[in-house]
Amino acid sequence: MSAQAERHPADPHAYDDAHDHGHDDSGSHHGSFRDYLIGFGLSIVLTAIPFWIVIDNVFREPKVAAIVLMAFAVVQIVVHMVYFLHMNSKSEGGWTMLALIFTSILVVIALTGSLWVMNHLDSNMMPGMSPEQARNLP
Amino acid sequence: MATHAGTAVSETEAPVYFDTDEHGHAEGSTMLGFWIYLMSDSLIFAILFATYGVLSRSYAAGPSPADLFELPLIALNTTMLLLSSITYGLAMLEVERRRMGLTLFWLGVTGLFGLGFLSIELYEFGHLIHEGATPQRSAFLSAFFTLVGTHGLHVTFGIIWLVTLMFQLPMHGFIPDNHRRLMCLGMFWHFLDVVWIGVFTYVYLMGVLLK
Repeated sequence: MSAQAERHPADPHAYDDAHDHGHDDSGSHHGSFRDYLIGFGLSIVLTAIPFWIVIDNVFREPKVAAIVLMAFAVVQIVVHMVYFLHMNSKSEGGWTMLALIFTSILVVIALTGSLWVMNHLDSNMMPGMSPEQARNLP
Repeated sequence: MATHAGTAVSETEAPVYFDTDEHGHAEGSTMLGFWIYLMSDSLIFAILFATYGVLSRSYAAGPSPADLFELPLIALNTTMLLLSSITYGLAMLEVERRRMGLTLFWLGVTGLFGLGFLSIELYEFGHLIHEGATPQRSAFLSAFFTLVGTHGLHVTFGIIWLVTLMFQLPMHGFIPDNHRRLMCLGMFWHFLDVVWIGVFTYVYLMGVLLK
């Protein structure tokens, strides 16, 4: 009887924990008003600054400006993922995060690979060579 | 004896909890499946971005991005999409509070912002084509219209989905099916916003910057 009485307070706790966990899981898809507001504020700032950089020509060196723009885009994508898509490493037992990481790797390979290879094809062309000449290369 | 009855009650209640939990899990697997779809969709966009990146300097003696793009218009368009993202979030918060009127209101506002975005994009496309910058003009323009047009097509289908849900929601109420549909559309809508970040940075801002 005493063992039962001892187990009794422990059991609801266990269910509470399970319930809390389940709630957290579904809650991770929703987000709160505060989350949306923070995400919106950040994305407005992270959008406005790149437009300002380009319209007002803030950087003298366009390549520097391009790198800064890319950095802003990456940060804004992360902000959207966290505050609007409610990404975290726990939802769906980590499978959404795994899919996201896998996709990001593929995206990086496709983008950098295409640009790198095609850029090299361009720069390895001899200057002033016509497509006909290029086709008849040994 | 009384404690024993208490345990019995809590034990009979327990399976009910697990039942709803399992239901939530079934909805969760739909979410995971939809997430996988979004990931495969982002691969489509990655390839279109790569194609644009390779061809973005091939003007064929035609107009360049700096000649064509009007950044204030793009800024307005971006604002539309950002606003539609937060109004969708507000709609989801009202769904949690089970308030039908406000849910429909915010969904409607989201749809209007989406329509605003599409109208501005179509106006821009019409303007470009009117100026002779058609998809056939150069490789740069072909890649541009394919990339931005594919995003616009996604937004179009998002709006059709949104309007469908605005009819289904009052018809059936806040049933689990409708909840699942709303969650999926939410992920789709926010995902389109993420893709647009890439478009306005890489196509429009970088295009005008690196003349």
